[in-house]
Amino acid sequence: MTFTAPALEYGALAPMLVIFGAAVIAVIVEAFVSAKLRAPVQLSIALGAIVLSFAQVWRLRGTSTATAAVNSVVVDGPVLFMQGTILILAFFAFLLIADMDAFAAQASAIPGSVEERKALQVGKIQTEVYPLTLFAVGGMMLFPAANDLITLFVALEVLSLPLYLMAGLSRRRRLLSQEAALKYFLLGAYSSAFFLFGAAFLYGYAGDVSLSGIHAAIASGPGNDAFLLIGMISLSVGLLFKVGAAPFHAWTPDVYQGAPTPVTAFMAAATKVAAFGAALRIFYVALSGAQWSWKPVITAVAILTMIVGSVIAIAQRDVKRMLAYSSIAHAGFLLTGVLALNQEGLKASLFYLASYGFTTLGAFALVTLVRDSSGEVTDLNRWVGLAKRSPSVALIFSIFLLSFAGIPLTAGFIGKFTIFTAAYDSGNIGVVVAGVLSSAIAAFFYIRVIVMMFFTDPEEDTVTVTIPSLYTNLTIWIAAIVTIALGVFPTPILDAIASLATFVR
Amino acid sequence: MNPTNYLYLSAILFSIGAVGVVVRRNAIVVFMCIELMLNAANLAFVTFAKMNGNLEGQVIAFFTMVVAACEVVVGLAIIVTIFRSRRSASVDDASLLSR
Repeated sequence: MTFTAPALEYGALAPMLVIFGAAVIAVIVEAFVSAKLRAPVQLSIALGAIVLSFAQVWRLRGTSTATAAVNSVVVDGPVLFMQGTILILAFFAFLLIADMDAFAAQASAIPGSVEERKALQVGKIQTEVYPLTLFAVGGMMLFPAANDLITLFVALEVLSLPLYLMAGLSRRRRLLSQEAALKYFLLGAYSSAFFLFGAAFLYGYAGDVSLSGIHAAIASGPGNDAFLLIGMISLSVGLLFKVGAAPFHAWTPDVYQGAPTPVTAFMAAATKVAAFGAALRIFYVALSGAQWSWKPVITAVAILTMIVGSVIAIAQRDVKRMLAYSSIAHAGFLLTGVLALNQEGLKASLFYLASYGFTTLGAFALVTLVRDSSGEVTDLNRWVGLAKRSPSVALIFSIFLLSFAGIPLTAGFIGKFTIFTAAYDSGNIGVVVAGVLSSAIAAFFYIRVIVMMFFTDPEEDTVTVTIPSLYTNLTIWIAAIVTIALGVFPTPILDAIASLATFVR
Repeated sequence: MNPTNYLYLSAILFSIGAVGVVVRRNAIVVFMCIELMLNAANLAFVTFAKMNGNLEGQVIAFFTMVVAACEVVVGLAIIVTIFRSRRSASVDDASLLSR
């Protein structure tokens, strides 16, 4: 018996290989480099890997192959666009992480113990967050590129497992942070079990693990429909959990609130891109033939998600929780792009993901600046009158909020307009009506925050706005510029997306 | 024996796990229920591999075992940390958020 060695297209896999390689090197650095040098070395490895990986993505532009790594990885226009977006978002997330004061001096020490006090006194810094983030970035790049059920599941876990740990690394309010990690882990593992069970039944239905094989099996239709239905339902539960759609959204506010803010910024922005990338590919490529079975369900989920996100956000008294509910509402808007099931929907989703990612990153980066003596202040009541103390922070935060609300001249408006147009043209009118109505509800609480910051007098003078470090400053300015630029001059990027938005099967 | 019976067993195991996650309080037991769900999926994969007459399902079963082992490492790390700081692994006690 002879074995033929599988041919791996290293060229097509290079963007991911660079990141995973850097992650492994970062683990070694963690063990062997002296404590003093570790943080700068880790940061330069991470940023270097991202730049190198982005260069590879750029080199691959225009390629499309569905056969990389023995048919398990796709490299095509949407994948490269999403990988590029994830890399840019991760670059700025690393800059936020580089201000290490958000992370526990020693995550294993019991909160309030002598051990922890000692670690704080000697100014100890643990830098395990860098390799963890790199692994998560690698998983996020693989998730939308996966072409079969094995790769999908492995990528899902590679992106999730580091995030569970990162959620628990906060320096302040450590009990909250650990609780966030526990909730995220238990619910995340629960949903990935559903995902796997669904994958098993889709495999049972099609007799093939590749997405195109599932598509072919649905088109020819000899399989057992019960297997297909069980498979689609369970797989969707796993995916909808990751994107934070109702009724699987319960983890989002708790985790966003408890996790260290740079980590929240990273996972809010980049996980959404990765998870929607995979969802779009699964629904467009593998399950489009069975759309009459899943469309009504996903429509209901999308409408519920928009309404839950927008309505509950009104009652939030915490900035991070409010942004979390806003991200749930945006998951609903993005699901309309999945429902459109045409090229317009794909284009609109890609644009929406990129613009939403930057706006979210910038908004959470700003949250790290508003503080008092005990750390970040996320209570909205204490943000009252922020414009009096720091007009620039209040102004930029307002830009982000207006973009979330979808006010013209911001990226959010173009995103919403294109995605609702695509959904409307494909005949999903109900979901568009619900989307516009819940946008109006959502605009109410975004504007309420702006009014609070600008037109209400501060009651107590306890909140300060710290002078941002160079890294944070850069992140916030770039995010603000992108948010405005995509809103005022969207044409170049929309044209670029239009030329590459075709899934190769 | 008819392979469909293994699918019924797999569905039963998965349901026991899914219900267990919802009703049990101890984080370790919740986690064990999740492992039960993963293994139920594994059983389904292997059964389908037999039914479809190809090996992909068996390969996935190995991948799942590796992933489940990684999940145990991460999960126990988180649960042990929270137990050390609270002296309790009950998921009901972890309710500081969402107030």
